[in-house]
Amino acid sequence: MNASLYAELAQRLRAHTPTALVVVIDGPHAGATMVVSPNQPVLGNLGDDELTRVAARDTLGELEAGRTSTRHYGPRGQTTPEDLADSPTVRVFIESFAPPPHMVIFGAVDFTSALARAAKLLGYRVSVCDARTVFATARRFPMADDIMVAWPDEVFARYGAQLGARDAVCILTHDPKFDVPAIQGALATNVGYIGVMGSRKTHAKRLERLAEIGLQATDLVRVMSPIGLDIGARTPEETAISICGEIIARRTGRAAQSLSATTGAIH
Amino acid sequence: MRDLLNDIDRWREANKRCVIGRVVGIDGSGPRDPGAAMAVNEDGEVVGSVSGGCVEGAVVAEALEMLRERSAAKVVTFGYSDDEAFAVGLTCGGTIHLFLQELT
Repeated sequence: MNASLYAELAQRLRAHTPTALVVVIDGPHAGATMVVSPNQPVLGNLGDDELTRVAARDTLGELEAGRTSTRHYGPRGQTTPEDLADSPTVRVFIESFAPPPHMVIFGAVDFTSALARAAKLLGYRVSVCDARTVFATARRFPMADDIMVAWPDEVFARYGAQLGARDAVCILTHDPKFDVPAIQGALATNVGYIGVMGSRKTHAKRLERLAEIGLQATDLVRVMSPIGLDIGARTPEETAISICGEIIARRTGRAAQSLSATTGAIH
Repeated sequence: MRDLLNDIDRWREANKRCVIGRVVGIDGSGPRDPGAAMAVNEDGEVVGSVSGGCVEGAVVAEALEMLRERSAAKVVTFGYSDDEAFAVGLTCGGTIHLFLQELT
């Protein structure tokens, strides 16, 4: 790493700008370094333009999840096994300086357990919240990073101010006395995704209640309900994938069709 | 890394050469996660840590040798089965991979 890259890295770290330090630890340009932040030009390079481009793209994904990892490429950024078969491997260490995104799940139900597991797979810090002491236990949700036995207002008093575009609130309670204040609380934050479980009928009734307490249609467009992508999910696990798919698609602004049915760039 | 910045800046102002060592991989159990970092300057002054104290001495020796030999970057590995690692006492049963690089 040279002095100018280091100076830029140091400045971003001190400013708490989400930043990744990316370095070739093994391969033709071992030691080649770049610094990557969202919505900013890549600084430095990994010794090959295509490798730099591909690794920078992957780095933005790792940063999104606040994850640090080692990735393997071909010397020109190849990623598929066929392309890599006959070429030496370049090992690239990606260190993310960003907190992991946060998923707050309301309702300690069967769907919660599956969703919490899927969210952990994606790198989220997961909080499970339910007002009922018997259900919201670490024994039932060992994968959760924390469990709050609390009503929505207490949950948002604790986490609301920290929630931002990368974070998600998933309301799985199915109970108006819980989900109405949870939606209200979530809408008062800058959280990037708000999803609420329930049938279309339940959702229609819920919208009436939300209108009664003064929420406008312009607020409610942020609420994804029924929750998840239309992939025909039935089990809690399938539903978790459907919800996570929707979260990713909302973040990337994609329509969530099969790639085989579309054209254009995949990433 | 963030914890090292002030000391590294101080060293650079004093024109001291230095090496930054970062954990880039752990096999089995390891005391610190990837990203744990330490820095060593040409006088052998050290900040940060990459393990529970077991391999830091060996990292300092590696870093000073790199500065002497003007070697820009290398990966070093310490593990339980490794004689040298055993000598420096990484006894948690894991293997730790470190990337060392001079800040130029």
